Amino acid sequence: MAEPRADHLYRAEGLTRRYRNGGRDVLALDAVDLSLDRGHRLGIVGESGSGKSTLVRLLAGLDHPSAGRVWFEGTEITDLPEKRLGFLRASVQMVFQDPRSSLNPRMRVSDIITEPLRSRLVRRQLTDRVDQQRRLAEVLAAVDLPADAGGRYPHEFSGGQRQRIAIARALAPDPEVLIADEPVSALDVSVRAQVLNLLTDLVAARGLTLIVVSHDLMVVRHLCDQLAVMRQGRIIERGATSSVYADPQTGYTRALLEAVPRIRAEGR
Amino acid sequence: MSLLDVRDLQVSFGRSRTEAVRGVSFSLAAGQRLGVIGESGSGKTVTALAVMGLLPEYAHVAGSVRLGGSEIVGLDESGLARLRGNTVSMVFQEPMTALDPTMRVGRQVAEVLRLHQGAESGPARQRVIAMLDEVGLDDPERVADAFPHQLSGGQRQRAILAMALINSPDLVICDEPTTALDVTVQALVLAKLDEVLDASGAACLFISHDLAVVSQVCDQVLVMLDGRIVESGTVDRLFTAPEHPYTRGLVATAQLDRAEPGQRLPTVDDFYAGAPHG
Repeated sequence: MAEPRADHLYRAEGLTRRYRNGGRDVLALDAVDLSLDRGHRLGIVGESGSGKSTLVRLLAGLDHPSAGRVWFEGTEITDLPEKRLGFLRASVQMVFQDPRSSLNPRMRVSDIITEPLRSRLVRRQLTDRVDQQRRLAEVLAAVDLPADAGGRYPHEFSGGQRQRIAIARALAPDPEVLIADEPVSALDVSVRAQVLNLLTDLVAARGLTLIVVSHDLMVVRHLCDQLAVMRQGRIIERGATSSVYADPQTGYTRALLEAVPRIRAEGR
Repeated sequence: MSLLDVRDLQVSFGRSRTEAVRGVSFSLAAGQRLGVIGESGSGKTVTALAVMGLLPEYAHVAGSVRLGGSEIVGLDESGLARLRGNTVSMVFQEPMTALDPTMRVGRQVAEVLRLHQGAESGPARQRVIAMLDEVGLDDPERVADAFPHQLSGGQRQRAILAMALINSPDLVICDEPTTALDVTVQALVLAKLDEVLDASGAACLFISHDLAVVSQVCDQVLVMLDGRIVESGTVDRLFTAPEHPYTRGLVATAQLDRAEPGQRLPTVDDFYAGAPHG
């Protein structure tokens, strides 16, 4: 097997993850191949249990595969121990679905956001010594939160603002890749547009590579130029977002598209 | 006479009397379906809880809620218990917390029957299984014998729907019933809800922040903002010609499928400056 070319930001081959659940083997991810180039925005869609979150956890180095290999910037990360994953931790950051549970309620916002900068593993990767206060002010401004937000606690903010805090934390180490797992599905529809606009702007302004996991195809259509559709641990359809939407190749993708609720104003 | 008549409902909480609902009035005829739209904190859930008589003791309630002719505000617990399940029932957002994790699903549905109709357990099981079948659960016998954690999210939410409908209530209140579900499962549950409401003729008060979801189920809509109703009307009129700037903003943000990918999406702020911040 040829070593992957260095110009692929991510490459995965035969990625497999099994769990044991109640004495039963569950195949969460079934021999997935994937490559992603720098600067692209990849959407991963599928129903609960399709393996999409498992896949991004493996890409982020938060979990180890049962079989298969992953490379990031040409370096194999498959079985690297945590202490050698510093470069990945600095370059790849995640935003999770529910900011209520992903932000520590006992920490001030300033400590939450600068926490990645205080990690010894991440610090070693940063070229210059980072002025934490300056970086805090910069990322708070980037996500449109007031400068004094740092002194407050997560519960003092609304759901949309909390998701901005989570995004600011992800931006703090100045990553190359942002992985967002259902970034807007816990938010009100009216707040969703604001957070989607913010993500679009940040990705463009910072040249981020974006990976978005969602069960909502409209969210992915808006944010991503590439799409992977997952079902039962496999990628069953992959291509440019616009062509998959215009001409879905599988019945499953068509079903996902048809299920998106649309305003039905013609009356029932 | 309308089935539900809410007049100048006001709800505030605690010693500081934080106002959640500030003078809300609306009515609902038998069989009618009314959607209540608003953001978190707009007072929509508190309004629903007031109709169910489920507000906590530290809530101060003023105004009137008449359900089938009887006044709910100030009614004692035993009076409320007779109404709940029989006249009005509720479907909550998160099916995992609405079900007892230690009890088989069939028994939980049967409990509602037993409480209100004193049904014997033998015939009750037949009716439970028929009801589980009616809400579109394949293999209703197996579902009845399962514990909640053995079911998927969509199956659990349909089991709750069965529980809400088994006593043929006049009014079913749904509070964000599909928000925790995948889009495919959501479409299934909404279609089923539409069908069973049609079959039973029950009225429905449907609460959601998602206009698209409300438009799948309801004929009438009201829009809540900061504890008040800012606009109401038919689904057709409200979604095609919204009048209040806040409603216009909500309608614009809900149409993600009409936006050009990657372009800036309209937000509520573009239309209405006084929106609470998200």
